[in-house]
Amino acid sequence: MKIAICIKQVPDTTDIQWTEHNTIKRDGVESILNPYDVYAIEAGLKIKHETDAELSVFTMGPAQAEDILRKALAVGADRAYLISDRKFAAADTYATGSTIAAAIKKALPDFDIIICGQFAIDGDTAQTGPTIANMLDIPQVTYVKDIESVNEDIVTVTREVEDGIEKLTAELPVLLCVLKKDEDPTRAKINGIINARNAEIQTLTLDDIGLPPERAGLKGSPTYVSKAFRPVAKHRNLPPTEASPESQVLFLYNKLQELGAFDNE
Amino acid sequence: MSRGILLYAELTRYNSDGQYVHPVFFELAAKANELSQKLDNAPIYALLIGAHNLVKEFKEGFTENNIDTVYVAEDERLKDYSTEYYSKIAVDLVKEIDPEIFIIGATTQGRDLAPRISSALGTGLTADCIELDINEKGQLAATRPTFGGQLMATILCKNQPQMATVRPKVFKPLKEFIKKDTKFINKKPDIDNLEKKVTLIDFLKNPEKEDSALEDAEIIVAGGRGMKDLMGFELLKEFASLLNAKVGASRVAVEMGLASHEMQIGQTGKTVTPKIYIACGISGALQHTVGMKDSDKIIAINTDKNAPIFDIADIAIAGDVFEILPELIEMIKKNKI
Repeated sequence: MKIAICIKQVPDTTDIQWTEHNTIKRDGVESILNPYDVYAIEAGLKIKHETDAELSVFTMGPAQAEDILRKALAVGADRAYLISDRKFAAADTYATGSTIAAAIKKALPDFDIIICGQFAIDGDTAQTGPTIANMLDIPQVTYVKDIESVNEDIVTVTREVEDGIEKLTAELPVLLCVLKKDEDPTRAKINGIINARNAEIQTLTLDDIGLPPERAGLKGSPTYVSKAFRPVAKHRNLPPTEASPESQVLFLYNKLQELGAFDNE
Repeated sequence: MSRGILLYAELTRYNSDGQYVHPVFFELAAKANELSQKLDNAPIYALLIGAHNLVKEFKEGFTENNIDTVYVAEDERLKDYSTEYYSKIAVDLVKEIDPEIFIIGATTQGRDLAPRISSALGTGLTADCIELDINEKGQLAATRPTFGGQLMATILCKNQPQMATVRPKVFKPLKEFIKKDTKFINKKPDIDNLEKKVTLIDFLKNPEKEDSALEDAEIIVAGGRGMKDLMGFELLKEFASLLNAKVGASRVAVEMGLASHEMQIGQTGKTVTPKIYIACGISGALQHTVGMKDSDKIIAINTDKNAPIFDIADIAIAGDVFEILPELIEMIKKNKI
């Protein structure tokens, strides 16, 4: 069984800093492996343990994105591909999906399962996975909670939706977008880290994957950002009321009454 | 005249409790009415997919929301949502009626379906938008939060239809109905030759759902790290019950084991917009405020007068929750008839 895992390097969004011009500071922001993709790798490792599957990880990004590929290799992935070319820059989800699909088709044409994280915490679009599936003309299952069983031609998964949990089967090949889990992911062992450090990572450029240039990067992106800005709180920014607890209680009581809080059905 | 705005009318799960048009559709319809005016009264279309009797069951939702035409795809095979069937039907319809804009609710179903449609059509899609507008060039300007809600981006699309998914509970449904002599057109779904590969074999309904319903609460009392322990949350529950309010929690409070995941509000939890939001012992990290900042009135109680929650509060109380709440609870009880 051959499994492709798509991962992304993202800035740590809990650590965003602003420049004086109200733009996001890109320098010095720590890059991490997208937290959802950690569990895409975990899902792959689980199948590998059960079926001796071969895991290939793919990421699209600049040269430094190699870090997350080595992380995946360190915990047990077998091969890694860095999809990297200046012509891929400024791609939206459509162009990104087209690019990754072309790369998988080139490097792992006989894949059985593609696993992605459900969201990336920087863009939060959840669109790249389904776009890859569409480009490869295979079915998708999103919001996957658990991969329950895998055999040669079918996978059984559970899916977390608003009103409950669905159980589905999907014929292979299929693309799965997985959710985060509470459990701790696999930790790399020292041997794994050493092997990963020396492992060869194959770079795939635009020429390598055979995607027409007009389908890649900014040119291949139907959407573009016209404006980016810092959200403004719509609420009034009152100085906090500091007074004795007694007067604060009375103040709050009156405010709640004013707002009709005691008449709430 | 504009070629029109297409809306996806998602249906809730087909089961014994009955089936409904998802509330997000009425929010989309209200927004589409606004957009239509900016596009020379562009017609508003809806796509409705399901098993049977759809027009009979759901007619009013369209005739009361100024929808010009509803395209109805009915087939027993469409009883449960299927990415494969539903995306095929939507793509076929778009190719036929060629709308300028196509909007879908950013529900689980919508976020599964929309990218499949947009990529099949070779057009762009903006995810999980919180504002839609028409710019001076007549393009759809779709605004969405990125970087965990810390940056807003307004996105345009150079292909057509310009597509967007819209976060539920952001737009308000129409205050007053706009009646329309809506046309209902049956579209026989062209799915016979599609070999469906994904099959729904079981569904387990979420048991906690009824009880929590945070998203529908008019008043929410939420606690964070400052509530310290389970006793602190008991205090919140008592306060909440006096206001017929629901109890919510910050991520920290959930991680401390003071509240369940279902109660979590914020980027990794729920997005709520109650009339009154009372934040108790919540510092106001962006992770949390992203999920509650659009509440009508925000009351914050926190010992730290520099807590960021005060930046978005309408009523800001720098004080100790454990001194204020018990007294307030007493006062409410005393004055209750």
